[in-house]
Amino acid sequence: MATHAGRLNDRTGPDAGSPAVRVRDLHRSFNEAGGVLNGLDLDIPAGEFVALLGRSGSGKSTLLRALAGLDRDVAGSGTITVPSDVSVVFQDSRLLPWRRVLDNVVLGLGRKDASARGKQALAEVGLAGREHAWPHELSGGEAQRAALARSLVREPQLLLADEPFGALDALTRIKMHVLLRKLCAAHRPAVLLVTHDVDEAIVLADRVIVLDDGVVSSDLRIELPGSRSQADPAFAALRTRLLSELGVEDDHHLRVEDTQRLRVEDAVRRAS
Amino acid sequence: MTAVAERPAVVAAHDERVLRPRLRPGRRIRGGFWIGPVVLLSAWCLGSATGLLDERTLSAPWTVLSTAADLTESGRLQESIAVSAVRASLGLALGVAIGTVLAIAAGLSRVGESLIDGPVQVKRSIPSLALIPLLILWLGIGEPMKVITIALGVLVPVYIHTHNGLRGIDERYGELAETVGISRWEFVRSVVLPGAMPGFLLGMRFAVTSALLALVVVEQINTTSGIGHMITLASSYGQTDVIVVGLVVYAVLGLVADTVVRLIERKALTWRRTLEG
Repeated sequence: MATHAGRLNDRTGPDAGSPAVRVRDLHRSFNEAGGVLNGLDLDIPAGEFVALLGRSGSGKSTLLRALAGLDRDVAGSGTITVPSDVSVVFQDSRLLPWRRVLDNVVLGLGRKDASARGKQALAEVGLAGREHAWPHELSGGEAQRAALARSLVREPQLLLADEPFGALDALTRIKMHVLLRKLCAAHRPAVLLVTHDVDEAIVLADRVIVLDDGVVSSDLRIELPGSRSQADPAFAALRTRLLSELGVEDDHHLRVEDTQRLRVEDAVRRAS
Repeated sequence: MTAVAERPAVVAAHDERVLRPRLRPGRRIRGGFWIGPVVLLSAWCLGSATGLLDERTLSAPWTVLSTAADLTESGRLQESIAVSAVRASLGLALGVAIGTVLAIAAGLSRVGESLIDGPVQVKRSIPSLALIPLLILWLGIGEPMKVITIALGVLVPVYIHTHNGLRGIDERYGELAETVGISRWEFVRSVVLPGAMPGFLLGMRFAVTSALLALVVVEQINTTSGIGHMITLASSYGQTDVIVVGLVVYAVLGLVADTVVRLIERKALTWRRTLEG
């Protein structure tokens, strides 16, 4: 085990033809008592959208931070292979308050056409015309769209998103789901989306992974048609199954109420 | 029917509350900064006109004005102001440069912090003016001693506030910088410096005051030029009006410098949304 400690930063690029992300026997722990990740294995093929579910404290964010290379002061071992171009979207937009929106999008993008590409990315997320706004002038949803533009302009092979819509209101979140699906379809990065929202996972992902006790406890491929309706019985079945994986029994009363809410959400999605 | 007629009144009352925030300071008063000084000046005029203020205690504003005119005509006032302004600016520039560089070095590296922070905190507890005897022994009583005394007084507030601002930068921005893969220089330029700017500018406001304070003291030690020299000389001849002219010049220098820093502050920090509005 001692030899593993030296391999904490063993992050290399993938070979041609192999999966975009390859994680083997990943261990991470914050204290002596127990590990947050206990020998986790994970492969994500190029262009696949993976949603990562788990109870709080199950190690979702720890895994994402490990893939992003942001876990320097954490004890652990294992091997991680990620592409060279990784981009992260956080729960908060993390726009630098002292830079205008466009300058935030092109931050560190040292290329001649940076400004033009930044504008194009902003247009793609529906923020054309807001290039010169200050971040504090944006609404929560707009700020998060700017953060998405900042990630996309880098043309990442892997997009890591840590509960990116967690702080948004329900209606804005639905619009963001539509936008994210559109953007991912256009740019085809591999995506790892950490979320605690089961519906969000089913709506967006090609594959849903549930994390429990620091390992992958279930790995489901979502075989639903392109426009995923929460009224679809297959959707409901998946939802019930995932919820029970997460230790939540899908209460009947709750479901009746939710179905009504979902109809409203569906209507909004169709409208947008 | 009457209830309908009364409705607009209710709406108007509500609007009033929107216009005047209950807890925040509310709208900025135009030229509000000058109200206090103007009131003070009026009291002075009134006191002198009614004879409440003795001419030997404090010359009347108009006496001060005519003395200023005389001093300007003889060229002595401009000469003194120029000498003092150059002294203060040199000391200020030197102190700000050193303070900023030290703050950045201490803020960006743990080694820098260990080497720099302690000595600066020690220096902070020794008033710069207490160092004058030592500086006179080292540098003589010429200009270098004066400029360095001013710089030493300026360095401390600039260092403290810039360092504080730097350390106060949200660590989430550092994390973001790592994920977008920017170089160290680009990190300093786009995250560290703008993030430390509010602290630096606050430090500048203290620094300007420190510079003038140090200026006043060094100009009264073995000086043959400058506003301080003019005041010291007037003091031995009992010329209150000349002393007041000198004091007014110091006040104006201080006000102008503070206004300049505030203007820069408002221009440089437009991205902030604070109580100042």
